[in-house]
Amino acid sequence: MNYRLIFNVLGLTLMLEAACLILPMICAIYYGEAELWAFVIASAICLAAGSLLKCIRTKNHRMYAKEGFAMVSLSWIFMSLFGAIPFVISGTIPNYIDALFETVSGFTTTGATILRDVEVLPKSILFWRSFTHWIGGMGVLVFLVSLVKLSGGNNLYLLKAESTGPSVGKLVPKVQATAKILYGIYTTLTVVELVLLLFGGMSFFEAITTAMGTAGTGGFGVRNSSIAGYSSYIQVVVTVFMLIFGVDFSIYYLILIRKFSTAFRSEELRWYLGIVAVSIILICINVVGTFQSVGEALKHSAFQVASIITTTGFATDDFNLWPEFSKVILVLLMFVGACAGSTGGGMKVSRILIATKTIIKELKITAHPKSTHKITINGRMVEHETIRSINVYMIAYFVIFAASLLLISFDNFNFTANFTAVAATINNIGPGLDMVGPTGNFADFSGLSKIIFVLDMLVGRLEVFPMLILFSPYTWKK
Amino acid sequence: MNTIIIGCGKVGQKLAEKLSQEENQNITVVDLKYDVVQDIINQYDAMGVVGSGASFEVLLEAGIEDADILIAVTGSDEVNLLTCLIAKKAGNCQTIARVRKPEYSRELHLFRNDLGLAMVINPELTAASEIARILRFPSAIQIDTFAKGRVEILKFKVPGDSVLDEIKVSEINSKLNTDILVCGVERGDEAFIPDGSFVIRKGDLVSIVAAPLSGSEFFRKIGVKTNRVKDTMIVGGGATSYYLADKLIHRGIKVKIIEKDTRRCEELCQMLPKATIINADGTENRVLLEEGLENAESFVSLTGIDEENIMLSLFAKSKMNGKVISKVNRVSYDDVIASLDLDTVIYPKDITAEYIVRFVRAKQNSIDCDIETMHLILDDKAEALEFTINENSPVSGIPLADLQLKANVLIACINRQGRIIIPRGQDAIRQGDTVIVVTTHLGFKDINDILQ
Repeated sequence: MNYRLIFNVLGLTLMLEAACLILPMICAIYYGEAELWAFVIASAICLAAGSLLKCIRTKNHRMYAKEGFAMVSLSWIFMSLFGAIPFVISGTIPNYIDALFETVSGFTTTGATILRDVEVLPKSILFWRSFTHWIGGMGVLVFLVSLVKLSGGNNLYLLKAESTGPSVGKLVPKVQATAKILYGIYTTLTVVELVLLLFGGMSFFEAITTAMGTAGTGGFGVRNSSIAGYSSYIQVVVTVFMLIFGVDFSIYYLILIRKFSTAFRSEELRWYLGIVAVSIILICINVVGTFQSVGEALKHSAFQVASIITTTGFATDDFNLWPEFSKVILVLLMFVGACAGSTGGGMKVSRILIATKTIIKELKITAHPKSTHKITINGRMVEHETIRSINVYMIAYFVIFAASLLLISFDNFNFTANFTAVAATINNIGPGLDMVGPTGNFADFSGLSKIIFVLDMLVGRLEVFPMLILFSPYTWKK
Repeated sequence: MNTIIIGCGKVGQKLAEKLSQEENQNITVVDLKYDVVQDIINQYDAMGVVGSGASFEVLLEAGIEDADILIAVTGSDEVNLLTCLIAKKAGNCQTIARVRKPEYSRELHLFRNDLGLAMVINPELTAASEIARILRFPSAIQIDTFAKGRVEILKFKVPGDSVLDEIKVSEINSKLNTDILVCGVERGDEAFIPDGSFVIRKGDLVSIVAAPLSGSEFFRKIGVKTNRVKDTMIVGGGATSYYLADKLIHRGIKVKIIEKDTRRCEELCQMLPKATIINADGTENRVLLEEGLENAESFVSLTGIDEENIMLSLFAKSKMNGKVISKVNRVSYDDVIASLDLDTVIYPKDITAEYIVRFVRAKQNSIDCDIETMHLILDDKAEALEFTINENSPVSGIPLADLQLKANVLIACINRQGRIIIPRGQDAIRQGDTVIVVTTHLGFKDINDILQ
């Protein structure tokens, strides 16, 4: 294990965070808020810790899979630990565990909150909450890689650990160029949404926080009612952009380089849109009676489906009060999640797709034991290694899910709340059902449960293995 | 600059490693095997495509339309040639193919002219040329040529009892009355570009710049034998041996090849009528001694087994005083091999990759700068570059002593219409000269880069 290299990169990450904290500072200055000092102090602490770690130099720049994975998960943990400081110093969230929960929820683009009332918070704190979504959405280290050339030459392992999906590839040969393209697309789409929201008459502050919340598929709102209080136009814009950010970013790159047919032939994209369409129709039929018009029912069901499948977690209506059938569809969508290579969470459509195909293959083999079958995606054979990693991912995912469910049941809340709370954190969605529904929050859980949720959110965002590696003795043995 | 490498064997990997480190190189590798491609993209900053390089679809996926250079280095000559042909049709790129079968070696010009290949490389032939070059100048470990052969950079090890021991660099020419320039010294793991006050010690690996004649004179004066060898003993009768023997015989050097396969011996007999072919097992000491190893002036081990070559060379080294050269195919243990006292070791795969890298760099450089030749020297820690001086260059007309050069930059030689000047402080560069610059800053593109 190349500790020195890991610490060196951790230092860089913290320095990047110190730079990120400048934006909420500007916001505080603009609104003349006293929380400015909280950000200045937090930024100074990040900078100091970062520079200290950065001083650890090494001549050995070899980075293998384990270093890459450990580097990513440690960076996320450190970013979160330091990112919680402004909340504590400013006194908005005095309890450090609560502040950590909020920060991790931000970086992992979960959007679950322990705050009962967000409207009383200062604007700069709200901005920082939403900004963590934006950084966490595409990834901290991807951002770092796009900015500086990390030593060691190849940083593919970082990209692999941080990006979502079963098989992470590059868009162009250079990792740095790939990271730049990803962030380019990401930023452009965010700005487009921002402009469209401004057209809808939103204030600049609300537009930018909502745009960042959508882009990272996070879900922190600046109003207690989330998106419900806004006009239909804004709700539609947010719906569309949530779906856009749930699509594999390499599709946008293919469109950019004018390979339209390859882009639209993507099986994952078709399944994703198919699942979305079918869910919307089913829920719409189920809830149509409770709304004034079919259009209204369609709008709310579309918004909620988009919000849950992309794991954003915004709400326009309290779906906790919807019929049971609709609620179960939404809970199932929580597990499906967005496309691989998007900013969304969950298990990812492509994993579900490949898993389904393995089941079909197994059925065929049972019928004709000697027959040979290969699983293909987009007409390409899926390597055995990918299938194996998906299987192991699913097993690990459910084991962690079960363990978390068991541990939080100490708090003695009902099953629906517990189950959906774990589902909403491990899939990075935010709201669940019942107590943790769109109008509820995570405030009543005990400190232990909150720490479990924090770990679940990180496990979900980094897709299990980078986090598990940290706890594996094999990683640290010489 | 987009480069596609077809075939990820040892040469392909070496190419991916070297080229992917360069700033503006986008590398895509293509191989039939999934594992091999994965291995490369995990290690180096490159993209990978699994499939046959000779397939149009696969080439399209690898981005042939925007590629500038395609390098085909699969194990099969025919696949390499076919790939280059298809690539030529599919995109507008320069193509490089590895073609190693001796029967094709006479048709190389045909490949270049009629099939439009930019470069055809034969690893065995390249290795043989390298060995032949070293045998011409046995005291040198490495020889790089510039200015169409008018200038050479020669690397040699300072012997224990040499006059060079404990001498200042600035005193060499006046004491020995020679016209050379020390452009680099390797001591242990470190490489230096020395200034006048640098003191040379025994055991250093010193690189000098000189015209070929001044070089020989210098070696004579420091008491190192410079005469080219008169005879050579080669163990192993493969393709490299054949090419090498052919070259050496042309130069009038006596060649003795020891090969254990009878059929191969007969073939060699036919192809090389002037060579002495011994049908025996070269790994038997008795055979070597019987064939006069102790009196041979040089010994080259070219069997197909690396370990055998190394052991043979160590044995030869203990029995004779001449030049010993060994061929090693696998490069994984180059650190260990370097620590043995083996004289010169030739890595054909490395040389092949290096030739291609040099070509690619020259292509890349020719787009936006004036580099004529480029060699990596001092164990790849420094570059020796030959620049052409255009009009209005800020370096021309100013005495070298007055130029504000960056640290670790040395103007090693000026070639003025064929006249070689080893520069002193009062010399000035003129328009139309070509200048050789030695530097540890990698990636100079323009002569102006040497200035502060």
